[in-house]
Amino acid sequence: MASAHDADDVGIAAGEAKAGDRPVAGPSRGPRLGAPLVEYLLRLGDDRLILGHRLSEWCGHGPILEEDIALSNFALDLIGQAASILRLAGEVEGAGRDEDALAYFRDGVQYRNCLLVEQPRGDFGDTIVRQFLFDAYSVLLWEALLGAPHAGLAAIAAKAIKEDRYHLRHSSEWVVRLGDGTEESHVRVQGSLDRLWRYTGELFEADAIDQGVAGEGIVVDHRALKARWDQLVDEVLDRATLVRPADGPTQRGGRVGRHTEHLGHLLATMQSVARAHPGARW
Amino acid sequence: MNVARAWEVLATVPDPEVPVISVVELGIVREVQVDADGAVEVVITPTYSGCPAMFEIEKDVRTALEAAGATAVSVRTVLSPAWTTDWIPESAREKLRAYGIAPPGPAERGGLVSLVRARPPVPCPWCGSTQTTLQSEFGSTACKAIHVCGSCRQPFDEFKAI
Repeated sequence: MASAHDADDVGIAAGEAKAGDRPVAGPSRGPRLGAPLVEYLLRLGDDRLILGHRLSEWCGHGPILEEDIALSNFALDLIGQAASILRLAGEVEGAGRDEDALAYFRDGVQYRNCLLVEQPRGDFGDTIVRQFLFDAYSVLLWEALLGAPHAGLAAIAAKAIKEDRYHLRHSSEWVVRLGDGTEESHVRVQGSLDRLWRYTGELFEADAIDQGVAGEGIVVDHRALKARWDQLVDEVLDRATLVRPADGPTQRGGRVGRHTEHLGHLLATMQSVARAHPGARW
Repeated sequence: MNVARAWEVLATVPDPEVPVISVVELGIVREVQVDADGAVEVVITPTYSGCPAMFEIEKDVRTALEAAGATAVSVRTVLSPAWTTDWIPESAREKLRAYGIAPPGPAERGGLVSLVRARPPVPCPWCGSTQTTLQSEFGSTACKAIHVCGSCRQPFDEFKAI
């Protein structure tokens, strides 16, 4: 690509957390980043692809039939959104890669999703809490991107926001139901929230890629986004009788390809068929 | 083949998942152009980003137009403007109801999802009762929700308004 940066140039430092939570790949193995708009689109697309895959793991395993269908529907929407975004990323990149090439033939260090979405699905409460935290962010982000001067990105935002509003409604209702449910459900989703909170800071960090796309008119005010997310999340947690965790050290690195150990396992499953039979059609 | 004829042919292509209405009535077909050589270009838009029926629809559109004599058919997919259930005309809504699917209400515009918003009950397509309960926001396809009628006891699909 024309402009490449070392991972360290984008202003992202390794997270300060206890050893077990540290991303496995250190800065010395950080990948070189591509053109800002391509990187930006990969971040958007990879978040939805990886979360969509995590949700698809519930297909046939949901706690009740309705939720099995709901989570599979979420997965379908998110993977559909990812396909549109990655297709656009491939077009902008201009190296002949389509959405399938980007999804199936990149390795972990080339993935740009946030760490939140790659965490294991856990139990139903973990999945719902993660979904709610992401949905609230996603709806607000799409709102900010609706007016983007890039027609392709604005079109994806206008399409995706309708689906994500539905997701947010569903996930927030479940957070309230589980948080304000039985003693057991309350304790368990409070635990989910406490464990996942450290991954939310990464959603709102701006770096050189964000500055790079600002030059193309794609400007998202991360501070304002975070303020609205805080308000929305607080409102739901309050209704759910859940306690918002204190902001501790943020786990980060996914945006520049430094992932937790979980992504590799997910990719091994997701990419195995495409890699065993490259170019297969059915 | 001219543009008017192409639209007529497309009006006979049923939606694969809701075969009681056509892809035109559903608002999936956005634009049709026919050039001087009779080559037809059809512009379609997906209902949902991940709608698995889009491949099927593209194939059906192509097959129907070719069977009607179109020399060349190309199908292009666009995302903008984003599909909305508001594009479904009243005549098609009546067909949905007769088929047992509650037609969509008006699509909501803008604003954040409110948690406390009370959703008005969806009238039962079988008996018309409004004593219905939402069973699941997600149903047999991405575009439908499941309700149960408290009056005639029938479960039914609702075409979700988006």
